Order: sequence, then C-alpha cells, then structure tokens
Amino acid sequence: MSLIEGRTGSWEVVIGLEVHAQIVSAAKLFSGAATAFGAEPNTQVSTIDAAFPGMLPVINGHCVEQAVKTGLGLAAEINLHSVFDRKNYFYPDLPAGYQISQYLQPVVGRGKIVLDLPDGGVREVGITRLHLEQDAGKSLHDQHPSLTYLDLNRAGVALMEIVSEPDLRSAEEAGAYLRKLRSILRYLGTCDGNMEEGSLRCDCNVSVRRPGEGYGTRCEIKNVNSVRYVMQAIDYEARRQIEIIEEGGTVRQETRLFDAGRGTTRSMRSKEEAHDYRYFPDPDLLPLTLDPAWVASLKASLPELPDAKKARFVAAYALSPADAGILVAERASADYFEAVARGRDPKQAANWVMGDLFGALNRLGVGIEASPVSAENLGAMLDLIADGTISGRLAKDVFAAMLESGDPPGKIVAERGWKQVTDAGAIEAAVDAVLAAQTDKVAEFRAGKEKLFGFFVGQVMKATEGKANPAAVNELLRKKLNG
Amino acid sequence: MTALTRLTMAAARDGLRRRNFTATELAAAHVAAVEAARPLNAFVTETPELAMAQAAESDRRLQRGEARPLEGLPLAIKDLFCTKDILTTASSHILDGFKPPYESTVTAQLWAAGAVMLGKTNMDEFAMGSSTTTSYYGPTENPWRRPGDNRPLVPGGSSGGSAAIVAACGALGATGTDTGGSIRQPASFTGIVGMKPTYGRCSRWGVVAFASSLDHPGPLTRTVRDAAMLLRGMAGHDPKDSTSAPVAVPDFEAALTGDIRGLKVGIPKEYRVDGMPGEIETLWQRGIEWLKTAGAHPVEISLPMTKYALPAYYIVAPAEASSNLARYDGVRFGLRVDGKSLEEMYELTRAAGFGAEVRRRVLIGTYVLSAGYYDAYYVKAQRVRTLIARDFAEAFKMVDCILTPTAPSSAFAIGEKSDDPIAMYLNDVFTVPADLAGIPAISVPAGLDESGLPLGLQIIGRAFDEETVFRVAGVLEEAASFTATPQFIAGASSSGGDIGSGHHEPH
Amino acid sequence: MALDKATVAHIATLARIRLSEAEQVKMADELSHILTWIEQLGEVDTSGVEPMTSVAAMRLPMREDRVTDGGRRDEVLANAPATAHGFFTVPKVVE
Ligand SMILES: [Mg+2]
Ligand SMILES: [Zn+2]
Repeated sequence: MSLIEGRTGSWEVVIGLEVHAQIVSAAKLFSGAATAFGAEPNTQVSTIDAAFPGMLPVINGHCVEQAVKTGLGLAAEINLHSVFDRKNYFYPDLPAGYQISQYLQPVVGRGKIVLDLPDGGVREVGITRLHLEQDAGKSLHDQHPSLTYLDLNRAGVALMEIVSEPDLRSAEEAGAYLRKLRSILRYLGTCDGNMEEGSLRCDCNVSVRRPGEGYGTRCEIKNVNSVRYVMQAIDYEARRQIEIIEEGGTVRQETRLFDAGRGTTRSMRSKEEAHDYRYFPDPDLLPLTLDPAWVASLKASLPELPDAKKARFVAAYALSPADAGILVAERASADYFEAVARGRDPKQAANWVMGDLFGALNRLGVGIEASPVSAENLGAMLDLIADGTISGRLAKDVFAAMLESGDPPGKIVAERGWKQVTDAGAIEAAVDAVLAAQTDKVAEFRAGKEKLFGFFVGQVMKATEGKANPAAVNELLRKKLNG
Repeated sequence: MTALTRLTMAAARDGLRRRNFTATELAAAHVAAVEAARPLNAFVTETPELAMAQAAESDRRLQRGEARPLEGLPLAIKDLFCTKDILTTASSHILDGFKPPYESTVTAQLWAAGAVMLGKTNMDEFAMGSSTTTSYYGPTENPWRRPGDNRPLVPGGSSGGSAAIVAACGALGATGTDTGGSIRQPASFTGIVGMKPTYGRCSRWGVVAFASSLDHPGPLTRTVRDAAMLLRGMAGHDPKDSTSAPVAVPDFEAALTGDIRGLKVGIPKEYRVDGMPGEIETLWQRGIEWLKTAGAHPVEISLPMTKYALPAYYIVAPAEASSNLARYDGVRFGLRVDGKSLEEMYELTRAAGFGAEVRRRVLIGTYVLSAGYYDAYYVKAQRVRTLIARDFAEAFKMVDCILTPTAPSSAFAIGEKSDDPIAMYLNDVFTVPADLAGIPAISVPAGLDESGLPLGLQIIGRAFDEETVFRVAGVLEEAASFTATPQFIAGASSSGGDIGSGHHEPH
Repeated sequence: MALDKATVAHIATLARIRLSEAEQVKMADELSHILTWIEQLGEVDTSGVEPMTSVAAMRLPMREDRVTDGGRRDEVLANAPATAHGFFTVPKVVE
C-alpha cells in the first residue's frame, strides 16, 4: 500500500476516476453533424446541436454499438434496457439547457479493469458503470476582454462516461488505470484515446484518510487531459487535503480545476452553486432496448484484448509478463511483434522490437504504425541472421540502413556487399595474414596471455570488413594458435 | 368572393378540380378575409404574398392535371410550427425576430401536398393556456358573441387563433397542437371540428416543444370530412422524430361511411363532474340518442382515474416544459436582455421574455423535478398516467369508442378566469385524459348553449384507430346538423369590424 | 404544500428567471395554491405501478452513422443576438 507521510502520520489517498471517452464515429450522437477534430468554429453544427426550437434528437446506432462493445471489453454487464435522461443546468456551451445522458439506468453496468503493475503483478479495479451522453460545446474565455466565445462543433459529440470505483490508491495507480483503459479502448476501436485533442478527458475524485478509516470528503478535479497531469493533479490535491486536515481544518466538497502551468488545483467559481440537475427521462427519446442476440454477436466479434493477448504471449512465446505487458499495450505493437516472431525465435524478436525498434521510433518521434522498418523487413533481417548471411554485429548496421531507407534487408546487404564471408578459404587466408603480421603477439599468446584471443578476432574481422563469419574465425584461430 | 371562403375544404378541392374557380381566386378571397378578420387578432404574421405565389403554382399544376391532394387550399398555421425564413414566435416575446432556417415536417408535408399558407396564427404563449389570452401579441377574440352581449369572448386555447380564423371563414382549415386539449377545446368554443390524432401520428419535428410526451399536432376545420382530409396531409412517419410511429396513414375520408351499426360507444360515468352546466349534460344525452338512432350501442363504462388526470397533467407538462424552455437563454436566437454578467443576462432575458403563465409553469416544473421532490411529484404523476392509460385500455376491451362532452363550459369572456389559474386549468378536464394516454379524440360541434354559444361533443378512440373516431364523428355531425355560424364572418358585408350584430347564418 | 418565498427564490434561480421581491411573494401564493390542488394525487394507490416513460409502444429508432448536416454556420448564427468571428458570444464567464 502506498501511503503519503504527513506531519502527523501517514495518509491513504482514495481515488475514483470518471473518464469521458469520445466515441469514434463520423456523426454526432443525436444529429448528423460531423465530429472531426479541428474544424472552423461552428461549421460542424446542426440546428439540433444548437438546440433550435422544435429540433429533436435521433440516436446514432453506431454509437450505441461502440458503447456496448466497450462494455463487453470491460467485462461488464450490458443492460438490455436503459434510459436517456436530461441533466438540466444552464451553461452557454450547453445549448438546450440540458445534457442528454444516462442517470439511473445506464447502458453498461459493473465491470473491471486489470492493472499491470511495474513488478509484473496485476490488480483489479472495479468499473461502476459506463453510460452514453453528449458532449458540450467549447467556451473560449481568452479571446476577448469582456466576452466568452462559443464554438458548438463539439456539442452533441458522443461520449462514453466510464466511472471507476474508488479503488485506486495512488497517482501511479491512477496513471496505470488510465493507460490500461486507453489501451482497451484503442484495441476495440471505440475511442482513439487522443488526450491532446480531448477525446479522452478525466475527472478525478480525490479524498484522503487515515489507513483503515472510512472515506474522507472528496473533491472533484474536472477535465484533466493527460496521464501526467492526472498524476500531478492527484498528488497536489492529496497533499493539499492532508495539509488542511493536519492544520485542523476540514476539506470542503467542491469542484476544482487543474492548472497545468502551476501543477496545482483551484476551486471553480462557476461551479460553486449547489447543483440540482433535475434529472428525468428525456421524453423526446424512448428507452434503449437491446436484443440479447445482437449483444452476443458483438461479444463474439470482439478482438483479442490486452489481457488475453498478454497471457497468450507469455504462454506461446515464453516472454516474461513484464515484456508481454509492454508489447500488448498497443495493439499495433503487439501485431508488429507477432508478425516478426511468427516462425522465428520469439525472444530474439521481442528483444529487437522492444530494444532497437522502440528506441529508434522514440528518437524519431513516430508511432509503430509509421515505422520505417516494417515487421516483414525486420523478420527478414532475423532470417538473415539465422541462416548466417549476416552476423549479429552486421545486423545493427543493416537495421540502421533499413530505418533510413525503408528497404528490405536483402537489398541492403546485396547493394552494400555486406554479405557475411563464410568461404573457409577466404577466412583462412585472412587469419594467416593476421598471424603472419603479428608474430610477437602470437608468441605472447602462446606463452600464456590468452586474453589476446579477442585481439586476433578483432584483427581478422577488421581485415574482412566485419563480413567474416565469427564462428568460423574463432574456430580457425583456435586451431592455428593452439596447433 | 365571399362565397369562396364559405366553402368546405372538400368542396373547394372539388371546385378547383372542376375549374369552377382558380386557386388564385380562392387564395385572394382568403387573403381578403384574413385582412377583414384583423379585429379578431387571429394572426401573429400574415403571409399574403406567399399565399398568392403558392396559389399561382397550384393553378399551373391544376392546369396540367397534376393536382396534389391539398392543391390550392388556403390554410392557417399555428405559430408553434416552424416555417422556414418566416417569423415563428410561439406567441412569446422571447422568440422575438426568430426566423427558423427549417420547415416543420407537418407544414413541409402540407406544402408538398399543394396547400397554401395564409399566415401564422396567434396562440397562448408556448401553447400554455386555454384562452389565447397569454399571447405576447394580445388576445384573440372568438368570432362568436353571446347574442345581446357585446363582451368579447375567448376562442379557447391554446390554438385559439387557428380556431377563430377557421370559424370566421378566414381559412379553410388550420393546424393546431393539443397538449391538454388545445385543439379540441377551442374547436368546441368556436363551433368547429378539432382533431387530436394518436401520439406519434403527426411528427413533432419543427414544432416548438411545450411538453414533448404530450404534444400532438392536428387539424382544425369546419367539417369532419375536412379534418380527415387535413389530417391525412399532416400525418405520417418521420424518421427525424424518434417518437413518430412507423405506421401507414390510412385514407381517413374513406372511413366516413356513415355506418356505425353495432358499434359500442362507451359513456364514462366519471365525466359527470360537479358544477357542469345542465345543458352540457343534456347535449351529451342527445349525442347518445343520435348515435343510438344510427344503430350504435351505448355502454356505460368507468374510467376511475379521470379526476386525477388534470393534477397529473399539471406535474408532467410543466416538468417537461421547464426543461424544453431552458434553450430560450438569449444566446443563439430570440430576445436578449443585456446584463453585467452571464447569469444576469440569463435571468433578465427570461424574466422579460416569458409571460406570467409561462413563468408559473416553468417554476412549477422546476420545483417538481428538483432534488427531494422528484419521486413525490413527477414519478407519482407518471404512475398515475400509467393507470389512466390502463383505464382506457380496459374500456376499449368493451367498447369501440367513447363519447363525452369536450369542455365543461362554453366560451367565456376575455379576462374572466385569468386571475385563478386552477379555474382556467379546469377547462381541460375532459380533454387531458386522451393526451395523457396518447389516444385519438375529436371535438364535433353539437349544439348551442342557452346563451347561444357553441358546444362540442368529443369522441375518443383506440390508439391509431382514427378511422373509427372519424366515422362516429361523421354520424354525430350529420345528426347534430349544426348550422349556426358566428356573429363575425370575415368579409361578410353584415359584419366587418362590428362583430356584435349576432344573427345566425347557415353555412 | 405551501411554498415560501425563499423556496420560490431558489427555484427561480435554478430556472434563471429574475423575480422581484413582490413577484416572489405573489408566486409563492400561486404556486402553493396549485401544488395543494395537485396533491390530491396522494389519494391514488400507485404501489406496484410502473411510471409511464412513453405512450408510444415502439422501440427507439436508430440512425446510421453518416454525416448529413453541418457546414451551414451562417444559418446557425443568423438568429443570434451577438456573434463575433464565427462564434456566438456571451458576457464573459469566470470559471
Ligand atoms: Mg461526471
Ligand atoms: Zn459526463
């Protein structure tokens, strides 16, 4: 258990996260306007999104499917009967004066997420629910000294609100939870998980307590938009609350805002008023009823998800759980790895993918989808190592050349003449030449200075421009030096 | 030209097809009648240029023999229906200057069927009322007056402008909406036919929402046949309205066979309410006799939840309205009253934009939905609503339709009940149950009360069985042979602005 | 149930309708009157009765995921009391 040391003893942080995940869809949840990111203000707005008089919502069936898929991916109960409610409050980026959401009867009930801990172990975090709702528009407060500007492009975009149980106990766990949730969503293709563009936003409910005591008063930090910020916000907020209590004060339940520049949280003035959302079923919509056979068919068509894939990688490829965890975090890297490992040495494949490849992609700042070295080419390179065409040392150069050119390894080796020399006669000639040139070193070796062996190997490799088969070089050298 | 405005919609359709007159002539007569009817204040916006342009197109179609079902027929549209680029106000100050960039499904269908638009009619603000006195644009007068009494009367509401202009022969028919009785009660008060179809029969898309689960668009006309014609034009499945029913629209006129032999007509004992004038009871009895004479069998039935319909309605409707009207915030359309802060702008805009009755209902609705009260009020009312629907379902196991009075009184004077909201609400005691259950109901003019004002009888039917409702209504209409006309007929030489002259003329 | 002035003031704030003191008093009286009348519903035994969600006996219809709307900013902004550079504008909101 990770505790925070205060002045008066240790404290436990209790965290629950509410994640708003934007559903991948072409059109909005209740209107036919587009959802694409980055459009000119108010160009992706229908009169339904702008809540004009007499406008009515009609639900996008694909968004329902995406939510149900996500529920299934979170091993959650799917509610065959759910209800859309209106959550009533006034805010200029909420055109209707209510948000269509699901309150008492969400489409998805209890589920769980398994966290992969750094030590390779796992921990289960409960999902309370997932419901469908519409996003609000965007308020720009910094464009004008006395006005707020409103862009309704995002108003009505479909969201899944995924609520966790208060099962998280540290900022690190919260970060692991978010990364794992994002990974599952991306596997399912139901949310692109892009936090910079706001497709994944997190509200953090944070409270502190003495270990073993009941829950403390919680504060909700709204709309934090990166994993790092979530962790920072939680750390700051926990320490703030501990300080208040240790100084004899009480934590006030409130909504707070994360200030990314300062790494702090502050009270939200606009949310001070006690909320009374006056939820009631939206009379413009009917209850959402799902056909059990349809849900079953969705379940049958789910892709293999990270946990199952990880278990399979450990079993089938004899990878460590930690390595498998890293490889399955992104579906694209898992697929890449499998394409490389199929029919080859999996351990070697994992080393190349997690070592050289990830390192290179990191330096280049590109994702694995855009890798200049395709899985096919990396696999072909491993084949060249296996059949002795290139040495492991040469492979590093081949890899660097593939990274640069995108060419297949066979072409690189052929063009640059990097083919390993296995011709026994050629190697013997090189060995003889080196021994003849280094007669004093040969004498030293024979007098017992055996560490010079490496020196001879190096000289032969140098003479053959690294192309000599190292095993053959070793064998010949031993024979000639000891013979 | 006056004669053209006295035609029924069906007769005008036939006259146009027989080339007895042109659509342009018919429209011109109605445009003149609308102008002559200005003392009634039935319109918020008149659209004479549009009417003449549509009529010219109708004449081209008629000449080519390509007449559509409502070709060339001049209609008035309740100002709750959004009409593209034409001011749409819901008779509220808060929609000042609002010109929708879209056309409601119902009106779009009417124009596609060849109908001609005369203008947008006055109504109770946001359809909240039973008198058309809560309009920001002032009250509409009923074209009827009590003989010998010059006090202006209400046309009922909320579709009072539509009812008044049809009764005064300023339009062949009109659209209305009925949430608690807003088509049928004004029809009864003005001596015309008003039909509220099944919930889901007419699309609500583009109709300014009052209470979404209760709002029913429907026609107001001078005859049952006209109502059947007009409803056919308005009805139909609309994928843009999630509550629109995916069912075919029958030819309602074909249902007017006049044959109701063997039909069982329910007479609910709970509709004999305290304080109802004896003459309404008498008229009801007469209605029973008429249907019996035509071969139907009256059956006494019980609808035990009847008295709870109105209080349930006054929870559900304001609750939905409080939410539906949240969008009027001065940001994207309509009135804005500037304030120092956003909150002040909201509060001042909505205080200035909403009239007293709307404010009252928005506040009641906010209260009954608020934390701690939701279950006791809103959920309770929705449970009662289930019981009301169950009452009807039980009754329809025994009978094919139900006959009741439409309203507990005839038209009252403007200002008469405005200081007592509940007295006003009681106008809808007979009409609200069918709204809560979403089932079709029609009001047919059946006679005059002692003061010479029209009274309607109501036929209620099974969901999506408008045909039986129309068939029985047709028989009732025939038997009642209601020929009285209001004191004010638009463009009639005897009336003009003097609407107190008070003689009855046949249609 | 009788509503007091403070409750009326609270719900008027929730509903964003400015009421003067005098209007609050009058409204408290009117709303109390209406609520008392409404409360006759208490006489009805509704135990075991499901609240109605819709009179329409049908399933929620669903749309295809196709872009069919948008790209008409001028129309969307045309009725607005105040706009700037393609945005709706309101008095500045302090978060
Ligand atoms: Mg939340
Ligand atoms: Zn949410």
